[in-house]
Amino acid sequence: MGKFTFSSNPSHPRWGEFAIESTIRLLAFSSIGFVILIFFFLIREGLPIFWEVSPDNLFGTRWYPNFGLFGTVPLILGSLLVTVTAILIALPLGVATAVFVREVAPNWAREILKPMIEILAGIPSVVLGFFGMTIVAPLVREVLGAPTGLTAFTGAIILAYMALPTIISVAEDALDAVPKSYRDAGLAMGATQWQTIWRVVVPAARSGIVTAVMLGLGRAIGETMAVMMVTGNAARMPLTLDSLFRPIRTMTATIAAEMGEVAQGSVHYHALFGIGIILFVITFIINATAAVTIFKKPRRGGLR
Amino acid sequence: MEPKIRFQNVSYFYGDRPALRGVTLDIPPNAITVIFGPAGGGKTTLLRLINRLNDEVEGTRMTGRVLLDGQDIYTPGVDVPLLRRRVGMVFALPLPLPGTVRENILYGPKLAGVRDQARLDEILERSLRLAALWDEVKDRLDDPASRLSGGQQQRLCIARSLAMEPEVLLLDEPTSGLDPISTGKVEEALQELKHQYTIVIVPHSVQQAARVADYAAFFLMGELVECQPGRDLFTTPRDRRTEDYITGRFG
Repeated sequence: MGKFTFSSNPSHPRWGEFAIESTIRLLAFSSIGFVILIFFFLIREGLPIFWEVSPDNLFGTRWYPNFGLFGTVPLILGSLLVTVTAILIALPLGVATAVFVREVAPNWAREILKPMIEILAGIPSVVLGFFGMTIVAPLVREVLGAPTGLTAFTGAIILAYMALPTIISVAEDALDAVPKSYRDAGLAMGATQWQTIWRVVVPAARSGIVTAVMLGLGRAIGETMAVMMVTGNAARMPLTLDSLFRPIRTMTATIAAEMGEVAQGSVHYHALFGIGIILFVITFIINATAAVTIFKKPRRGGLR
Repeated sequence: MEPKIRFQNVSYFYGDRPALRGVTLDIPPNAITVIFGPAGGGKTTLLRLINRLNDEVEGTRMTGRVLLDGQDIYTPGVDVPLLRRRVGMVFALPLPLPGTVRENILYGPKLAGVRDQARLDEILERSLRLAALWDEVKDRLDDPASRLSGGQQQRLCIARSLAMEPEVLLLDEPTSGLDPISTGKVEEALQELKHQYTIVIVPHSVQQAARVADYAAFFLMGELVECQPGRDLFTTPRDRRTEDYITGRFG
């Protein structure tokens, strides 16, 4: 009761209000603060590598930290190869699924599919990695005749699977945002349902679909655990045509695998953080590109 | 003259709610027929029955027959995309599709399988001229359609429908979003077009109905109250309700 009389008296300062406001403000600023701290820490630990080791070495083709060789190029190319392949797999699957869920599936099927896709997003990556090791890797080895099943391609399949829920949900939202009148206009011109979808609805949702792919890409390139489990982790240059079906090592897997056994403050330690910086720059570029496509609202002529 | 479109005792329901009640109406060829009346009278539904666009709406029911050139368009086996090429439609909001002016116009013909470039160019110019838009956009054919003004976009949509060389043109409040000058241009274009096409229009005002109507049909709550040549209906309506509406006593 005392509380009520206290706060209803306007001559007293409203301490409850003040406390809540300050707490929220503190929490908000602290989360921003953490991001800044992480960034600062990453720079402090990683930047030295760029002068401790000559650029020739750092951007060389051999990553043998025990011999003082810190060539990050195979790792960068490894990450790119796995990620790009993953997106090439996930993009058609994801967009097709989104089109099916939003445009084709009857209501009851949509009600089942949407929660299932959301559950897919919640599967821990280590579980997917395990699935990749025990099921996908043997398949890759036997079907493709690769010497080992732990290849870039195996990683790409698992990553594609992980990026799918993101791509599907975002692409589906984009399709949903296309006004019904577009569909009417397509149909009224004698287009079949498929022609209307592929020539009118999907192009109208193009910017949202690009965003979906960007977000999926961002998720895929930063993924560590599943990739480490299924790609074989050999830091070789993926330059030959069969590289996709050979082991590969990504930037994330390198950091995760080696960070545990490195001496703090050593060149190797700085090199791992240096990889972190490179990764950060790449994901930043991807996210910024996605943000630009989101905020650059296309003019939908005449429609509000 | 044989009617182009005939409604024979057509009733239409969204769930349990009736939108049209026992409508029997003949629409003559090569003339502008105006479908007008207060909101919720079933005008748009009537239009969307002619090109079967309401097939896309779930939970609807229809009785009666709709004939185009004497053929029931709701019998099984009717090629619906082909029907929609014969019956073009223009909507209330100008709705350019993604892409350029040229792509918008040639969308329909390309779907229909026209590939010959000379033929496509011919269709492009002819449709834009018919919609009274050619002179304004002939130098901007490869600009995005969304960059045209509202009035130009609406005439673009008319041209897009004409590019498929339809027999019937349905217009659902085509000038509701336009200023008076653009409205005038669209109405002028319609007066030219009616010599070649059967035009059915839901106007956005009684004044527009009176301006463009060769024939006028007054709808009230899903019922066809009366249908007469426009000149007669707007001067000497037979039904009291029509008179009340056109003189502004209700509506």
